[in-house]
Parts: sequence; C-alpha cells; structure tokens
Amino acid sequence: MSEELICITCPIGCHLSIERLPEGKLAVSGNRCPRGIKYANEELLNPKRVVSATAAIDYSGIEHEESLAEIARIPVRTDAAYPKEGVNEVLAAIYALKVKLPIKRGTILLADFKGSGVNVIAARSLGLEALA
Amino acid sequence: MKELYFDSVVIGGGAAGMASALELDKAGLSTAILEREECLGGILGQCIHNGFGLIEFNEELSGPEFAEKVEERLAATGVRAFTGLTVMELQLASELKTLYCYSGQHGVLRINAKLVVLAMGCRERNRGNIRIPGDRPAGVYTAGLAQRLVNIEGYIPGKDVVIIGSGDIGLIMARRMSWVGCKVHAVVEILPYPSGLTRNIVQCLNDFDIPLYLSHLTTRIIGRKRVEGVEITPIESGAIMTEKAFVIPCDTVLLSVGLVPENELSKMAGVEINPMTNGPFADSMLMTNIPGVFACGNVLHVHDLVDYVVEEARRAGIYAASWLKGNSPKAEARVKTGANVRYTAPSRVDPDKNNKLYLRSLIVKNDAQLEVRINNRLVKSIKKTHIQPSEMLTVDLGPKELESVKDSPDPVVEIAIS
Ligand SMILES: Cc1cc2nc3c(=O)[nH]c(=O)nc-3n(C[C@H](O)[C@H](O)[C@H](O)COP(=O)(O)OP(=O)(O)OC[C@H]3O[C@@H](n4cnc5c(N)ncnc54)[C@H](O)[C@@H]3O)c2cc1C
Ligand code: SF4
Repeated sequence: MSEELICITCPIGCHLSIERLPEGKLAVSGNRCPRGIKYANEELLNPKRVVSATAAIDYSGIEHEESLAEIARIPVRTDAAYPKEGVNEVLAAIYALKVKLPIKRGTILLADFKGSGVNVIAARSLGLEALA
Repeated sequence: MKELYFDSVVIGGGAAGMASALELDKAGLSTAILEREECLGGILGQCIHNGFGLIEFNEELSGPEFAEKVEERLAATGVRAFTGLTVMELQLASELKTLYCYSGQHGVLRINAKLVVLAMGCRERNRGNIRIPGDRPAGVYTAGLAQRLVNIEGYIPGKDVVIIGSGDIGLIMARRMSWVGCKVHAVVEILPYPSGLTRNIVQCLNDFDIPLYLSHLTTRIIGRKRVEGVEITPIESGAIMTEKAFVIPCDTVLLSVGLVPENELSKMAGVEINPMTNGPFADSMLMTNIPGVFACGNVLHVHDLVDYVVEEARRAGIYAASWLKGNSPKAEARVKTGANVRYTAPSRVDPDKNNKLYLRSLIVKNDAQLEVRINNRLVKSIKKTHIQPSEMLTVDLGPKELESVKDSPDPVVEIAIS
C-alpha cells in the first residue's frame, strides 16, 4: 500500500507516492528533485512543527495597564520545530502559563520542553515602557 | 489648531511605513510616521505564526518579532513616530502638502511636508464585496478580524467554524482556531484550485483533517440570531448544481476572500488608481500621478511576503529623498501587461537604472516562461519552474536590457507569461 504526500519544500508541490520497504526504509516516487525524498523521510518518520500560540498575562507587576494598548495576550512560539505528535502537549503547557510582565522578546518561558531541546519563547516584548 | 512641519511624512506605521521612514531619515530628511493604532507594526502584530523575515533577517520569525526588530532600527534614528493618530484628509496639489489629522492626545493637527509616502496597507474584502445571500446573523467575521480577536484581544469568536475562501489568512486561521480548541468543519473555495500556498494547505488543513471543498459556491448563510450553518453548492463544468447543494452546520463563518489596498484617502486627494491593483499607478520612482506623493507596501499592491514589502518600501524612501533633491528620470517607458499577466508594479521603468518589477500571473503553470519585449522585440526571457496567482513574481530590468527604450518616442515594455 502506498502513501500520498505533497512536498512543501518548494512551491511546485510535487505529489509524492511512498512505499514502506521491509527494512524500514521508504521508496519515494513523484518527486522532481532529491529534496522530495528528504521531505518524505522527515514527514513520515519524524514529522515536526513550529508551534505558535498566545499565553495569558500576569499584570501584577504593571502599574499602567493602558500602556499595553489592547494587547490582552502575549504571542509565544517554539524556537524550533517540535515532534508533531506532541504539539497538543506544548499547547496545553503554553495555555497553563501566566507570563509576568515586563518581558523581553526571546525570553525563554518553557525551557527544553520534555527534554526535546526545544524552548518556548516570548515572541514580543511587552510592558517595558510601563516600567521605564 | 496645532501645526507641524517636516521634510517628509509617512502615512501608516506598518512594515512599509517604517522601512521607508528609515531611508528618508538616512537621507537627512526630518521625518514623521503617522499611525492610527496605539503601536507601530501594522498587520504584523496579529500574525503570530512563523514565516516572516527569511530574506530580511535570514531567520524565520513571527510577525510581532519582525515588527519589533524593524522598530528597534527606527528607535535609533531621529524619526518621530506619532501613534493613535489618524490622517483624515490630504491636500496634495501645492508644493507643500498638508495633512489633517486627529488624535486623542493632540486633538486636530495640521501636519505639513514637502513629500508624502502612502503606506496605509490594505483591508479585507467582506461579505458585502462578494455578495453571499441569506440571513444576517451574528457570527460572520473576516478572517483577519478573527485573527486580531484571537491573537491580540484574547477572544474566541465561536466554536464550530466554516471558512469561506482559501486565501492564506483563512488557512492560517484554520490552524489557529483548531489550536485554541475550535472545530473547523470546512474550507470552501469557489475556484478549482486553492488560492493559498501549498505549505499552508498541508500544515493548516491536512494536519487537522479539515476538508477543502474546491469548485464550491457558498449559496446561503443560515441563522436567525446566530449563524446556524452555511449552504454550499458544487460547480461542475461551470454550472451551479443546485440539486447537489448541502448544508454544513456551524456557529461561526470566517471570510478569507481577498484584500483591497486602503486608498480612500488617496482617491479623495486625486491620486489615480490602477483598477487591476486597486493601488495607485506608480512610476519608476514609485511616485503616484501627484508630484511628491509616493506609495509602497500593501497600499500600492497586495504583497504576500513582508520581506518584499520592506524591500519595496526602502526603494520608495530612497527615491522620494532623491526626488526632493531634484532628481527625476530622463526617459521612462510604460509597462504593458501581456498574456497571462494580471498587473505589474510599478507601471513604468527608467532605462538609466536598475528597476525591480513585481507582477502577478493569471494562471497556474509548471515550466513557464516569462518574457519581456520592447516594441515587440524580445529582450529578456526567464524560466520559472512553477507559477501561480498567489505567488508574486519579480523581474529585474537594468540599463542593458532597456537600452532600446531610448530609440523610440513612446516605447512600450511588454511582460508576458507563456
Ligand atoms: C493575515 C496576514 C498574514 C500574513 N502572513 C505572512 C507570512 O506568513 N509571511 C510574510 O512574509 N508575510 C505575510 N503577510 C504579508 C505581510 O505581513 C504584509 O503584507 C505586510 O506586513 C504589510 O505591510 P504594510 O506596511 O504595507 O501594511 P500594514 O501592516 O497594514 O500597515 C498599514 C498601517 O497603516 C495604518 N493606517 C492606515 N490608514 C491610516 C490613516 N488614515 N491614518 C493613520 N494610519 C493609517 C494602519 O493602521 C496600519 O498600521 C501576511 C499578511 C496578512 C494580512
Ligand atoms: S520534490 Fe523537489 S521540486 Fe518537487 S516540490 Fe519538493 S522540492 Fe519542489
């Protein structure tokens, strides 16, 4: 039985057909270039995604909330792609956060998530002016 | 009324506005950015997904990070940024341009400048623009508005979602809504192919098993107070198959049906608009038909990559400053859109310099050929492994390729795709 994938490495979007060979290897066809084979291997054997979401804000350190304009949540993301099957766990951990302000862009909020080497970082600075 | 004077003012503090202001400042001009929101960054602030900055910063950033990095460059300059200030009217006819503005902090302001850069971005097409019949219940949002509500203001607009239109904003929102715990039941597209990037189809729809209905028309929105469902109808060989219509129950509809450059202000002030882009006609210096008024970013034509917005805006800033010093092109040629080209921006080229043109194709094709002709003579031909309307193309034309432009009184540069 063959599996179907669309290669997203470049805009052509080749439709790949993949056979799983007995020794655990993949036989890929439909790719116009070798990058399609690499993509199929990553996507079928070890798929990963960058996760971006928002986290709740802890306002206790901030005196002038109005300086935050309408920003009610802080954008966060993983600093590298994370195994796809664990994305929901990353999201749950992000939604459980309460981010203390002020915060600087790039600050690590969840370090080395589940030993993956992937961190969750703040994707913007917030509340720095309010402190100044 | 408070009155202020600058050499140059930039309307809009998004990626385009900030990037052009940086160049105006670098050229030694006193410069102001006028932005109606409380912070700079424009649309980038709500685009929390990854995929910005590969060209500009050589790393993949989210929208807010990209904006902050450009803001940091700006903070190190003498550019004066006004936020929470809306430009209400432009008077551009005379040498000194006058802008009437309003802000909570300053009240009504009159700001004068020798040159103006338009960088107002674009807005979303809405239900009225595409005329979906049916009831008028609550729960119908444009995808970008929903994006702002979820990502900045912290509200979730509904639980069971149908997305109409397969543009990238809609696709990105399909993933976002799924990740905040909503169920996205379908994406409905009238065309036979998706209008967003394949990458987004794979990672935003396929990852969540969201069905994509191509060649399907949304024929009705149903619901008395709140949306209860949408009726969609297949299109087969151009015919609307009424008897095959079906209803998808949902409580929220997101529309992702395109963007329109925000040119109400420009039109009122007499700026000529290209009907193919809904943005101003621009010459080889990115100047509109009004001397001293320039345009860049999404207000000129809708871009899909912020990196190109920044690139174009930087050029607008450099050209504007150069124009103020008295420089203008000696000869210019009109750019004509040939077969399968929807538009080019700008719509004129200068044979004495390196020109960068952005264009959009009308077709989806592998192994396509992009050809440039001057007065019907082929001067450049570029191979493209793949083209589609949702991906902007670029063409560089320099003095060598444009040499023959100078030989005729009304030269035409034609760009075609085959
Ligand atoms: C939802 C979405 C997703 C995107 N995803 C990607 C992506 O993944 N990768 C990528 O590279 N690019 C992406 N883009 C494209 C890119 O981010 C934008 O094209 C770019 O940021 C636009 O910049 P701009 O400055 O032209 O417009 P904007 O950012 O819209 O800025 C215009 C500014 O002008 C202000 N303004 C308008 N009128 C007035 C007035 N009268 N007075 C004062 N101020 C005014 C507005 O408030 C706004 O801040 C995306 C775009 C959108 C909309
Ligand atoms: S296989 Fe090669 S050509 Fe085909 S989509 Fe992937 S990268 Fe592009």
